[in-house]
Amino acid sequence: MTEVTVVDVIGYIVIFVGVVFDLLGAIGLVRFPDVYNRLQSATKSVTLGTFGIMIGILIVAGFTPLGIKALICGVFLLLTAPVSAHALSRGSLRFGARMWKGTVIDAYGKDKLGGPQIESEEDEAKENKEKEDEVA
Amino acid sequence: MSVLWISILIILGVAAFLCLFRIFRGPTIADRMVGVDIMGILFVGITAITGILYNLSFLVDIAIALALISFVGTLALAKYLERRTLDD
Repeated sequence: MTEVTVVDVIGYIVIFVGVVFDLLGAIGLVRFPDVYNRLQSATKSVTLGTFGIMIGILIVAGFTPLGIKALICGVFLLLTAPVSAHALSRGSLRFGARMWKGTVIDAYGKDKLGGPQIESEEDEAKENKEKEDEVA
Repeated sequence: MSVLWISILIILGVAAFLCLFRIFRGPTIADRMVGVDIMGILFVGITAITGILYNLSFLVDIAIALALISFVGTLALAKYLERRTLDD
């Protein structure tokens, strides 16, 4: 049994905070109503959570090869995850994924796509009818 | 201390299962892509935690490669999603 130092405990706390962020992001991915809300919840908190895990590994392992590689991996994630999320949200808006019906404004859709891409009550009624038809 | 690492791995596994739920359930293709993207980032964390649990530094190399592949794959999927409506 190796002894646990104060630095190790700080590292464990940082890693645990990161894991909690990851779990909350995944719960938001399940609970939120449309694609854009899901992206918002999941990307931000999961990116920060995984970066926290990497920083915690750096603190626990010290400046060994493992710790330095973990730092590089965390910085890389911090740079690339927002880029991929932005590409994904732009792609899904152009694909035609509708926003949730409580959305207030959609300026991009109004300018470029000929009208805001917000789900109206008629669309919802149509979807519900399709679901009922599938069940029946 | 290995109890702590394994409980962290279990929590991350639960988060990955929630992403899997979204991939199976998602009403549109875009929802499924979001699930795949988030699951890739979670697997990077899982691989790095496994690396420090068994003190194998090459697993963090694998985590870097996984992050790169996840990024490029998500960009390709987003481009595909955008292009398909432009053609129709």
